[in-house]
Amino acid sequence: MIAFGETLRLAQRALRRNKMRSFLTALGIIIGVAAVICMVSIGEGAKSRIRTQIEGAGTNVILVFSGSSSSGGMRGGMGSQPTITFDDLRAIQTEVNGVRAAAPLSRTSTQAISESATWTTTVYGTTPEYFVIRNWNTVRGAQLTASDQAGAAKNAVIGQTVAEKLFGAGTDPIGQIVRIRNAPYIVVGVLDKKGQGGMGDDQDDAIFVPLSAFASRIQGGLSNFVRGPVYVSATTTEAIDTVRRDIGSLLRERHRLGPDDEDDFSTVSMAEMTGMLTSATQTLTTLLASIAFVSLFVGGIGVMNIMLVSVTERTREIGIRMAVGAQPADILAQFLIEALTLAAIGGIIGVLLGIGVGELLASRFGWNSTPRTDIILIALGVSATVGVVFGLYPARKASRLDPIEALRYE
Amino acid sequence: MALIELQDLTRIYVSGDTEFAALRDVNLQIESGEFVAVTGSSGSGKSTLMNIVGCLDRPSRGHYRLGGRDVANLTRVELAAVRNEFIGFVFQNFNLLARTSAVENVELPMIYAKVPPKERRQRALEALERVGLGHRSGHQPSQLSGGQQQRVAIARAIVTRPKLVLADEPTGNLDSATSHDIMMLLSELRAGGMTILFVTHEADIAAFAARSIVMKDGAVLRDEKQVSSTAGATP
Repeated sequence: MIAFGETLRLAQRALRRNKMRSFLTALGIIIGVAAVICMVSIGEGAKSRIRTQIEGAGTNVILVFSGSSSSGGMRGGMGSQPTITFDDLRAIQTEVNGVRAAAPLSRTSTQAISESATWTTTVYGTTPEYFVIRNWNTVRGAQLTASDQAGAAKNAVIGQTVAEKLFGAGTDPIGQIVRIRNAPYIVVGVLDKKGQGGMGDDQDDAIFVPLSAFASRIQGGLSNFVRGPVYVSATTTEAIDTVRRDIGSLLRERHRLGPDDEDDFSTVSMAEMTGMLTSATQTLTTLLASIAFVSLFVGGIGVMNIMLVSVTERTREIGIRMAVGAQPADILAQFLIEALTLAAIGGIIGVLLGIGVGELLASRFGWNSTPRTDIILIALGVSATVGVVFGLYPARKASRLDPIEALRYE
Repeated sequence: MALIELQDLTRIYVSGDTEFAALRDVNLQIESGEFVAVTGSSGSGKSTLMNIVGCLDRPSRGHYRLGGRDVANLTRVELAAVRNEFIGFVFQNFNLLARTSAVENVELPMIYAKVPPKERRQRALEALERVGLGHRSGHQPSQLSGGQQQRVAIARAIVTRPKLVLADEPTGNLDSATSHDIMMLLSELRAGGMTILFVTHEADIAAFAARSIVMKDGAVLRDEKQVSSTAGATP
């Protein structure tokens, strides 16, 4: 049998002799591999984005919601009925072990007006602890303080999107006035950039004012109850479950719920939300990847189809090669390597195309594409296997031809 | 010692229940350097004889010694090696690889003989030079005339310096002037020491040979020396 390099050269020459057909054959593999890589990359990108965004909301965070009350057979959703009081909040802060900080977050969507512009944004009322929980600092100016909260000061801390929209890029908004619901607030700080949130929202499109000011001037309500969720941060990741349980029993006790009563509040940890969202994404990715693998398989059958046609069409060539001394193994190797080359080239182009398309789609969705090395290797492995498996039958058929018959073939 | 020695050579084709003997107990000796024409009507067994002598087929019975070695019972793999080393083929329809240059066609047997690429190219060019096509080495078969294609095929047959060249109706697809040229070329090669065995059914082509074997019904009907019709090609 002749050397491998020689067979490789023969196979390449044969493929180049029929460029269009070789390309179309490889196309099946290209699309299959590209689809696998693209799907998995986008899926991974979506997953890691969800994870970083939820983690960006703060580490070891537990959300406590009011509501879930049942009254007269009607069951309200999370937060539909205010049940958590400011006393409850203080109790969570002081009585539960492992709580680093707790902060309420009220919100409303409204217009903010500066000297030069008007912008519809979300205004939040919260306490200084919120920025500790979310690990969110100012790039300019100062944070809201406890005395702002105590005095219901008309001070505001704004996100970067708001700063840009209201005051223009490159202008220092510190000390400027922003009017919200006809009341002037002094901008005391600009927060650093957080980017997109877990639900695709712009976290920098926000104005924060002291909760006391928010409650009295922006959105009134029951003065004893917290509107909106309470953010609680546990001291360590390990403490999350205990803290959550302790908050539950504390609130049940404070709300005087009997053993048969349902909770009139709910808690969820960020880790739990991350898990839920990523597992949903994972399922989708797996589904898409399996469909893509089917198309890779179909591409393999395309290779076999073309190789079979090729063997028939090149019967006489095979006869000539055998007559001048090619051994059956030489013929087998040549056709096998032709199939393998198609699969390998298709695989490599497919990987590049898949990464490219994944990148393109991901950037259009505003996601990151994260090509996974193991999936790339698996896709290449599968396409090579497809080449061998589907190339073997035609190659064997070629090598078993009778030279006399083959030479006579028209 | 004879180059080719056939002893009681029989080839039977079986199809279903019927057996057909294409060759029956053929005994034949061909010496090295002979120039032999095999003639006979269609179905006389001359193609079967050529296939067996060319190691493309195996006899059902009998012995075939090529250069003293019994090759009647070799495997397909061994026969391929024998063809590669000892035999060059020229076919009626040229059988060149399409879309492949003349020089690459001539290199083909040397690929399987494991000749290094550089030497291969050089020897292929020399062989093309020898058949008078040195200036056409880069042309593909479709760009060459029938006579030129057959010259490329002859170059391919002789490039491994085989002991035996087998030509199956080498002029069957050529006009008479070109046929004459091709036979002159084979005569020259024979004068250079090659053993040539060719099949034809044209008397004027057979006349080029120095020995004529006539086949009929799977057996040798006549086997006689004759005066080769080409001047300068007599032994």
